[in-house]
Amino acid sequence: MISVHDLHKHYGQRTVLDGISLSFPERRLTSLIGPNGAGKSTLLLMIGRLLEASAGEVRLAGQPIQRIASNAYARRVATLRQATELNLRLRVEELVEFGRFPYCGGRLHADDHRAVDQAIAFLGLDSLRQRYVDELSGGQRQMALLGMTIAQETDYLLLDEPLNNLDMRHAVQIMRALRRLCDERGCTVLLVVHDINFAASYSDHIVALKAGRVHCAGSVAEVVTETRLRALYELDFAISYSARGPLCNYFNPPRDLS
Amino acid sequence: MIRSHLNWAVALGVLCVLSLLIGARALPWSGLWQGSPEAWLTLTASRLPRLLALLVTGAGLAVCGLILQHIVRNRFVEPATTGGLDAAKLGILLALISLPDAGVGVRMFIALSVCLVSSLLFLALVRRLPAQQTVLVPVIGLMYGGVLSAVAEGYAYRHNLLQSMQGWLLGDFSKVVQGSYEVLYLSVPALLLSYLFAQRFTVVGMGEGIATSLGLNYPASVALGLVLVAVTVSATVISVGAIPFVGLVIPNLIALRHGDNLRRSLPWVALGGAVLLLVCDILGRLLIYPFEVPIGLTAGIVGGALFLGLLLWQRR
Repeated sequence: MISVHDLHKHYGQRTVLDGISLSFPERRLTSLIGPNGAGKSTLLLMIGRLLEASAGEVRLAGQPIQRIASNAYARRVATLRQATELNLRLRVEELVEFGRFPYCGGRLHADDHRAVDQAIAFLGLDSLRQRYVDELSGGQRQMALLGMTIAQETDYLLLDEPLNNLDMRHAVQIMRALRRLCDERGCTVLLVVHDINFAASYSDHIVALKAGRVHCAGSVAEVVTETRLRALYELDFAISYSARGPLCNYFNPPRDLS
Repeated sequence: MIRSHLNWAVALGVLCVLSLLIGARALPWSGLWQGSPEAWLTLTASRLPRLLALLVTGAGLAVCGLILQHIVRNRFVEPATTGGLDAAKLGILLALISLPDAGVGVRMFIALSVCLVSSLLFLALVRRLPAQQTVLVPVIGLMYGGVLSAVAEGYAYRHNLLQSMQGWLLGDFSKVVQGSYEVLYLSVPALLLSYLFAQRFTVVGMGEGIATSLGLNYPASVALGLVLVAVTVSATVISVGAIPFVGLVIPNLIALRHGDNLRRSLPWVALGGAVLLLVCDILGRLLIYPFEVPIGLTAGIVGGALFLGLLLWQRR
């Protein structure tokens, strides 16, 4: 289980995280939501060891993560950031193969090839296998990067705004893949997501951050309520329920809250 | 795939033979058969060293460009656009002036150190730039190189070394004879190590975030890459001088066809660099035969034209 204990992050005078203590349920999909600048990505990147905490610590199964060797950590926790970061000309297959880097350092064995094939099949990327990533659409690139992360075969997956710049179809594709990873493979998935409706539809657990603190955390039913979302985003929400789940409408509030 | 390997091998072989044949003194092949010591001396003391030096330099510089491009994450960098060549020149000058009696090993070590420090400084500088400014990086690199070069020239001027320093500005293989270039072979292990660590450098090229989440020790891998580059660049500048564009053009050309996965593309980049430099050298030796155009000049012209073509072709 991943847990964070009194985590702080300061940039000079500015406080981004102000004492966060949380634990993330195992084998569940948890969404981190909140307004811009709430510290969601900062928290996620710290769990992924891509940022140092100013104070406090993150623990994996009770062990402070700084004490785990980076290679060993990469076999337990995979982090996916936005696809724009990648500007190399690699084939999809090659990119996914790099997911095996923590295991084999680049020399793939039979076991690694199996993991690569499985990741590609899992996301239905077979037709793109030999294509260059820099020639794909944004959505396909994001899928290819997710393929690399899946090939890493970690128990924990961290994703920083994986739906950014994606059209609806690709966004749904990615969220469904994450849901399946959780249900079929027993992965624990943590993601930062801006679209409250995606968070409400696909999550088991939601953590809402505001101004560097935990605003509220709990199951979807507990967090996705009109009063809580209104306080979180300072917007007027109307939530309707149907067989497909809750739907939050905040697009044309009848009055100005500010 | 095998066919294209074969074609390239044949092309390289032909170029090598051509390179051995051309020279101010005609090489009597019959003399070689009959075991004439004079013919053998020409071959082993001048032609072969020159050919080997060309192959090692071309492969080395192209691979340096490739590694730098992955570390800086910018397609337009190479030793000439990151201040690497200028730093090596400054280092040699420092060694010549402060330790005039030191051997080539000490000179190499000082050049290498200056080169390494300067590339670390450049990297620190570039990391402060906004990520989207891809064209700004080589521009700043050129300015940075200009500053290093100016320091070197000022220093050389004060010690009356300006003229001999001009010699290193332009790469030249005509001085390569047995006993004068062997330090160049230091770039052979650097090349082999680059290939051994190819996967790491590809991961470095994915950016610090992805590299770290793949469990790579990012700072150590960057440092290793910079050391390998510094070894090759300083060995090259010490033994044959500065040669621009090889490290820029070849990796970009190869990436079009073979991608950026170094495990796959690095041998091609090395081969491409060797071929380009051989062609430039043969041209330089034939243009005003029996005199020579220094390879720094021909490589600059051929490489520059290729680079322009590449830019225009990619724009289409």
